[in-house]
Amino acid sequence: MRSQGVRKRQFLGLITVLAVALAACGGGSSSDTTAGGEGAATTAGESAGELVTVGFAQTGSESGWRSANTESMKTAFSEENGFELIFNAADNDPAAQIAAVRGFINQGVDAIVIAPIVEDGWEDVLQEAADAEIPVILEDRTVTAPEDLYATWVGLDFKREGVYAGEWAAETFGDTPTKMVVLEGTTGSAPANDRAEGFDEATAETAIEKIDSQTGDFTRDGGKTVMEGFLTKYGVDGIDLVYAHNDDMALGAIEAIEAAGGVPGEDIQIVSIDAVHDGMQALIDGKINYIVECNPLLGELAAGFVNSVLAGEEVEKRNYVEDQTFTQEQAEEALPDRLY
Amino acid sequence: MKHRLFWPVATLVMLILINTIARSQFASITVRDGRLYGALIDILRQSAPLMLVSLGMTIVIATRGIDLSVGAVMAVSGAVALTIIDGSTDPNNVGVVMLAVVVALVISLLLGVWNGFLVSLLGIQPIIATLVLMLAGRGVALLITEGFITTVNSTPFEFISTGYLLLPFAFFIWVAAAAVVGLTERRSALGVLTEAVGINPEASRLAGVRSRGIIWSAYAASAVLAGIAGIIYASNIKAADANAAGQFIELYAILAVVLGGTSLMGGKFSLAGTVVGVLIIQTLESTMLFLGVPSAESPVFFAVVVVVVVVIQSPRLHRVARDFVRSARARRAAEPSLDAEVVG
Repeated sequence: MRSQGVRKRQFLGLITVLAVALAACGGGSSSDTTAGGEGAATTAGESAGELVTVGFAQTGSESGWRSANTESMKTAFSEENGFELIFNAADNDPAAQIAAVRGFINQGVDAIVIAPIVEDGWEDVLQEAADAEIPVILEDRTVTAPEDLYATWVGLDFKREGVYAGEWAAETFGDTPTKMVVLEGTTGSAPANDRAEGFDEATAETAIEKIDSQTGDFTRDGGKTVMEGFLTKYGVDGIDLVYAHNDDMALGAIEAIEAAGGVPGEDIQIVSIDAVHDGMQALIDGKINYIVECNPLLGELAAGFVNSVLAGEEVEKRNYVEDQTFTQEQAEEALPDRLY
Repeated sequence: MKHRLFWPVATLVMLILINTIARSQFASITVRDGRLYGALIDILRQSAPLMLVSLGMTIVIATRGIDLSVGAVMAVSGAVALTIIDGSTDPNNVGVVMLAVVVALVISLLLGVWNGFLVSLLGIQPIIATLVLMLAGRGVALLITEGFITTVNSTPFEFISTGYLLLPFAFFIWVAAAAVVGLTERRSALGVLTEAVGINPEASRLAGVRSRGIIWSAYAASAVLAGIAGIIYASNIKAADANAAGQFIELYAILAVVLGGTSLMGGKFSLAGTVVGVLIIQTLESTMLFLGVPSAESPVFFAVVVVVVVVIQSPRLHRVARDFVRSARARRAAEPSLDAEVVG
């Protein structure tokens, strides 16, 4: 999932920061030349047509979700739609991402879209963008910087995703005593915390008992290893329900359940969040019982907000995208048309 | 005084005992459809990737080097193998799977040769030379899979990690790898020469040891073993997850090597120690699950156990403890009234 890169790559990040620092020093002169030639470039751009230049600072390409998100942005900010997109993927390195945003400011883009890698440390560069009168639109994750430093935020409500998953569980199991295990996302990440909280709220009044909970780091391997542990600990008969914080861990859990001689979806029911292609396929095959979508197709919305903001319209500061939910039957209908 | 594997083995036995006392089913092994199941069997199976990587790491460390690129090589190997199988018309064909595995391992070998070239020929510090591939390799793997997780349904490929011949097939792979590495190093002069290079590269070169070739082949071997690990990892989840495959495995491999009693300074190495070191790490991972250590606390738990194990193994601590016991005895011997009891 998308937040895992932040924590898991700290070590890598530490080293790349050095490399980026060097690169930034080396690139200093080149960005100066860009700034020098900026006037000419802008005039050329304007005379060529009314293309709106947008700089998009993506986190990296850590997951299927992220790839779909990038594709969606590239499609929405296409030339046909009147945009010229300058794309930058920072490989989950916060320093590189801030450098990229600074590059956009120097290039004098019309608007900047950021999918922040981390929440903190954005004040300075956002202030620079504000001083240059370039509006900033945030997508996906948020920042801790004051709200007046950016135009708007569009993203998902992780807690509500957890609530939806919990509501399904409450409806399906209700007063039946149910033993549930949880495959958590990366410890401390926003999606993991919020999805756990939402689910627990929605199932508080039910007979569902959380017998164990461990992190599977949002990966298939993590989900499988943790599930194997749960299965040797409690046995196939000792677990009724698995709540996985994302599809990949649910897919790993399916492997573990099958290897232990159980039937996923029947002996042990599975509910997960994301609705990536492989997850939806497992849902259709009856191995997962319910999926709450975590929609990566934010491009259209982001493009809409860029246009509104540039036209001087008032927009809401926080915009949540409505997530869909899928039962096995609904998945069968929806899968052929899905873009990711 | 004691065998140098005493403390690592004692630690492993202690961990298994603690688990068994906490939950008796940890030690239980059941037979189903002619296969053995149980937590201990799981450990033998799950340890395969780390085991292969750690065996290679042991040889590299023995030459006074280090290989940080093993995780990235795993990611590349898995990505190559799955892309070939995914692109074929018949993923269930054993020939296709064999071809995919061979191509993945050849590419892994080339990556190892590259590392070896940087270290042995250009004389670049191993930590920097392999860092290049550690950073770039994962990017290459992501390019191969186009940023997506490539999933395949291929029965022969799945067999590599999830197949059974009474015991898990993956277990046999690492036992075979350990045997091959062990025999090559210990039944020929290669092991002694590797240690000589690690203890003093210049002196061994002057003594006529072809240290360049030995260092080069150590990195090549490490990469091939990491390539096999990558295939087992991908087979286990039927998918090439370029982001997560082998993440941080280089650090765990270094830990396993150290727990097994091999010095990071190079020279003397113990393959058996590394095997025990890997089993300690894998058992510790299972322990956290079995004892139900909360996710947020598990890294601390892991660290505390590792520190305790390393301290227990420390020769200096043993010396201090011996001196303490000796001086205590000497003091008591000076008091005749206690003498009989103590000696008795």
